[in-house]
Amino acid sequence: MAGDSFVQRLRKIYAIYTGVFLAFVIVLGIAERMGLPHKYIGYAFMFGTIAVYAAIGIISRTGQVAEYYVAGRRVPSVFNGMATAADWMSAASFIGMAGALYLQGYDGLAFIMGWTGGYVLLAVLIAPYLRKFGKYTIPDFLDARYGGKLPRAMGILATMLVSFTYLVAQVTGVGIITSRFLGLPFEVGVFLGLMGILVCSFLGGMRAVTWTQVAQYIVLIIAYMIPVIAISYKHTGVPIPQIMYGQALQTVEQKQNLLKNDPKEVEVREVWKKRSADLEAKIKNLPASWEEGKKALEAKLAALPAGDPERAKVEKALKDYPKTPQEAKEKWTAAKKQADAMAKPPKSYVQPPQKPVDMINFLALTFCLMVGTAGLPHVLMRFYTTPTVREARTSAGWALFFIFLLYFTAPAYAAFARSEVLQNLVGSAFATMPEWVKKWAGVGLVKIDDLNGDGIIQFAEIILHADAIVLATPEIAGLPYVIAGLVAAGGLAAALSTADGLLITISNAIAHDLYYKMINPNLAPSTRVKIGKALLLVVALAGAYVASFKLAIIVELVAWAFSLAAASLFPALVLGVWDKRMNKAGALAGMAVGLALTIYYLIGSRFYGLDWFGIKTIASGIFGIPANFITALIVSRLTPPPSTELQEFVDSVRYPKGAVSAGAEE
Amino acid sequence: MIQRDQLEQYWREARFLMVVVLFVWFLVSYFAAIISNSLNQIVVFGFPLGYYMGAQGSLVVFVLLILFYANKMDSIDEKYGVKEE
Repeated sequence: MAGDSFVQRLRKIYAIYTGVFLAFVIVLGIAERMGLPHKYIGYAFMFGTIAVYAAIGIISRTGQVAEYYVAGRRVPSVFNGMATAADWMSAASFIGMAGALYLQGYDGLAFIMGWTGGYVLLAVLIAPYLRKFGKYTIPDFLDARYGGKLPRAMGILATMLVSFTYLVAQVTGVGIITSRFLGLPFEVGVFLGLMGILVCSFLGGMRAVTWTQVAQYIVLIIAYMIPVIAISYKHTGVPIPQIMYGQALQTVEQKQNLLKNDPKEVEVREVWKKRSADLEAKIKNLPASWEEGKKALEAKLAALPAGDPERAKVEKALKDYPKTPQEAKEKWTAAKKQADAMAKPPKSYVQPPQKPVDMINFLALTFCLMVGTAGLPHVLMRFYTTPTVREARTSAGWALFFIFLLYFTAPAYAAFARSEVLQNLVGSAFATMPEWVKKWAGVGLVKIDDLNGDGIIQFAEIILHADAIVLATPEIAGLPYVIAGLVAAGGLAAALSTADGLLITISNAIAHDLYYKMINPNLAPSTRVKIGKALLLVVALAGAYVASFKLAIIVELVAWAFSLAAASLFPALVLGVWDKRMNKAGALAGMAVGLALTIYYLIGSRFYGLDWFGIKTIASGIFGIPANFITALIVSRLTPPPSTELQEFVDSVRYPKGAVSAGAEE
Repeated sequence: MIQRDQLEQYWREARFLMVVVLFVWFLVSYFAAIISNSLNQIVVFGFPLGYYMGAQGSLVVFVLLILFYANKMDSIDEKYGVKEE
């Protein structure tokens, strides 16, 4: 069969690619031994990998509609699985997740389960049926299933809402990684990243994105595994971190128990308590306290003679000082929150939340992340690209398998890092601080101060940023710099691949769904692709423009995207397949109510103290998801059933073989 | 041509499989989380079982579940003659 030789050729190409990549790493490693400066190793990784992605993008260029939108529907399930995995795993998965586990212990597992369990929903409830439908986008499906432009418009709105903030976060991630490793300003990093994103998608659309994503997956998984294998070997003598970190968990629990009543730790916690109380007083006395603080700093600066080394410090403090009382309130509240957290003895790393409200939040967050995963347009789109319905099903399995390889390993990263900190960092002297701590303190990912002035590091004196865990592990394990560069390349691959998937989803929503389907249906296929490409450029620039503001809220907004997708698209898609009686009025009402309620709770709980049953902002979808389903079911039963034509459409989607009345291939 | 009632039978089987899969899915994630305090009493190879289910155990089951589902659906497709060529 022709298909088999295609698969074989792909296997061969990617096997060679993997070999060449490993050789590239080894050559750089040897070059480092021979004295190649770190800076050039960083450059080699960044530009080397981007050049390869660009080459794939150029080879895959196309002007055909089916190639541009769905990669010609020729992507075998294994490769679609890899592409989906890269599409799915963002900079947050690659760099942030292990850190979240380190910081939150059991609570962080909501992300692990949520971001994998969603694929079961996807595989069973949606993916095969979308493939059978066989068009290009999610709004396409809503239009065909519910009939008319309004469902399509709703789909476009939800897609844009969900995908754009997510895109901005990825571009920000690319900017941070490139600027951190190449020592360039953030804006230049964003610009470089933008080029990296565009070369993968501009010429070849989905086809180019698919084949670069496969290449990016290979880079990111290699980069993720090597450091943690090394640290497992260092700690336990066995290079299988996924199995061996049980020992690290035991060490963590024992050490943490010892720290609970350690007098020195208690001393440091007292310092935090005092800080918290001070901050509380300052927040209470706003805006007067803001004014006083500013004046005090200015007076201090004025009192210092010119040329005093202290001057630079005070000047910096003044520069960082909140610009307005409003900003002061936000900054001080965040600082107080941190102080409160540090004032408490470390909670058990492996015990689930003990208070019922915390457990409910844990379950609600897991649920929102799972349902949101199965409702994210850029992931759903990938299931249009497989050759058959059957392959769409297995492809969901492969996607989860490739994601699983990384998520299965993240808890090991976190546990080894925590055991390293507790065992080797806590109790050592400030004077002999390890290199990795100094290095990452320099860029602000580690904050460590001798709060009680005893010259010894206490656990309560260490504040690690979530990103520090994966980034610092190569150095903790004593690996050469080349591995740190490899990890950066992996993080870059994760961010680029997700950004590409999002970019093409958004530009398709505008070019295909909005412009072609709703405004100007008389476009020639070649013009459609051209418009798609032009919009790709516009959306990418818009994403980079917003990212350049470096808004702090962006990271938070990504978590919101899950609740939004879960409460808008997921129910409409599931009911579209599984409930034949569902009609246009029901689906529209459901989406409107689900979306409105979720946005209401997201904004209300984040900014205005809204609180229903103690549910946190990040799990807002827990109200919107059922609200959407219930509204849709009630409204559909009160209105006439869908036409026979639409009911036939549902049938045709349900059975793998047989014509789809509304969807012949163009 | 495939008969209408046969198609409905096909869909019933697919739906039953969906329910089974989602039941297991619920069991290993949500239910395991709810009883994780008790599961944590069991420690295997250094891993408290409750933590392990959330960190790795449920993931393994998820992967196997999808493979099981894809295989099962294949045979249902074949049984009702709707398998793609």
